Amino acid sequence: MTKIATREAYGKALVELGRQNSQVVVLDADLSKSTMTRYFAQEFPERFFNMGIAEQSLMATAAGLGLSGKIPFASTFAVFATGRAYDQVRNGIAYPKVNVKIAATHAGLTVGEDGASHQAVEDVTLMRAIPNMTVIVPADGEETRQAVFAAAAYQGPVYIRLGRPAVPVIYNEDYRFQIGRAHTLRRGKDAAIIACGVMVHEALRAAEELAAAGLEVMVVNMSTIKPLDREAVLAAAATGAVVTAEEHTVIGGLGSAVAEVLATERPVPLAMVGIRDTFGESGKPDELMAKYGLTARDIVAAVKRLKGKKD
Amino acid sequence: MATARRIRRDIVRMVGAAGSGHPGGSLSAVEIMTALYFKVMRLDPERPDWPERDRFVLSKGHAAPVLYAALAERGFFAVDKLDTLRRLGSPLQGHPDRKSLPGVEVSTGSLGHGLAVANGMALAGRLDGRDYHVYVLLGDGELEEGMVWEGAMAAAHYHLDNLTAIVDHNHLQIDGRVEEVMSPEPVADKFRAFGWEVMTIDGHDFGQILDALERAREVKGKPTVIIAETIKGKGVSFMENQAGWHGKAPKPEEVEKALAELA
Repeated sequence: MTKIATREAYGKALVELGRQNSQVVVLDADLSKSTMTRYFAQEFPERFFNMGIAEQSLMATAAGLGLSGKIPFASTFAVFATGRAYDQVRNGIAYPKVNVKIAATHAGLTVGEDGASHQAVEDVTLMRAIPNMTVIVPADGEETRQAVFAAAAYQGPVYIRLGRPAVPVIYNEDYRFQIGRAHTLRRGKDAAIIACGVMVHEALRAAEELAAAGLEVMVVNMSTIKPLDREAVLAAAATGAVVTAEEHTVIGGLGSAVAEVLATERPVPLAMVGIRDTFGESGKPDELMAKYGLTARDIVAAVKRLKGKKD
Repeated sequence: MATARRIRRDIVRMVGAAGSGHPGGSLSAVEIMTALYFKVMRLDPERPDWPERDRFVLSKGHAAPVLYAALAERGFFAVDKLDTLRRLGSPLQGHPDRKSLPGVEVSTGSLGHGLAVANGMALAGRLDGRDYHVYVLLGDGELEEGMVWEGAMAAAHYHLDNLTAIVDHNHLQIDGRVEEVMSPEPVADKFRAFGWEVMTIDGHDFGQILDALERAREVKGKPTVIIAETIKGKGVSFMENQAGWHGKAPKPEEVEKALAELA
């Protein structure tokens, strides 16, 4: 199976974008070899600013560049982008609606061995709560590439959540990503799985397994967490049972966003697959995904539990 | 001088009318702001987005009244609008909001951000080959924010000679004397150690301010900081050097008394 890390796709997309748009500038905080902004730095050294190990300065400088007509992509690990520089993102970027793109890599448990201090499990919640912020969680390399271009074309703050390890390819160039538009990967009438990021692939695997057991399950890639595609959520609800899946805490992330729509517009049984109000720990990504309940098997179990309740 | 006095009167009047706000640190920066907006900065009130304009960042955002008064007196909007300060629906937000009010370059209010934002503007100016200058006004209490020093490091690292920082060194913050709450001293030595050109002046002396701002534009290869020694509450006898007037509005009779002194 072909795999590519979303951070890798991000780094390559930036170069492509930089060739097309001279207003694009990139900032990093001493992690350019990990966030993959080094590709951009190599080709456009004059448009790349390494701010050193100083994430607050990174975000505020990006704001200054954005206020001056540039399209800045500010990159660092998700845990620092959203935690260490929260005030700069909130007050300096989102409140004045500055045209800054925050590309946060190494999100979630799949950072792996670095452990809890480096595993952002609550970044989507934080970013989603800030007014004016758009939040995108691409599922694979191609979607990441298109999300980078869509973010550059969009006027305003965008948070793009990216991962460290290589993840399976889901899309090819025929796919058309749009901010705020979910993509239905598989149709089904018995239940729906709404997933984002690395969990989209797990959702597809779960749907295969459920099909073998006689359940036709819809799979929706909700790559924009905010603004949420309400129509897609309601379409999923029409199956009568919804399972959300995210590599993120279930408090305030994709599951909560979907629950907000369901509870107010179309209450149906809902189960959330995600991290249960806990920090992670060191380990291999796949070991962590298994230990914290983030596998296709967990999604299958959730769907079956819901169906049991419903029937 | 007459302009500075008008701006002082505007500050007292608008904060009094609002019933809340920050008069002390606004009054300390009046001469600095007057020099920038009436003598030094290249700007056009008719075209607040003019690409060639000089940029000003009020990093100590609570001093919004002095910025609003300077913008109004300079013709960005009608002076009588100042009386809407902090009212529901007013573009004159409690802290500057660039989306609400033309002339406000950066939304500020959370201390410590301004210098790094100014760095971004200075970098953009260089990339675009524009010769505009970026000015940022910092409070001395604000220097306690670590982020200021991230910005100081970056400005020197990138040799931002199109950027000038001014420290309104009035020695008071909410809880008392800056040196007692959390001393940032020696401020001049710190900036010098970070690679900046440093000047220290009397921040109420127009001659010194203008001279320093002119010299700052001639410094090449590094950013300049002007440490302006000022008096918090300057010009209103009962507010001068009183930490209590950091964020307190004068009552109507106090407004009258202050305006009489500023007549």
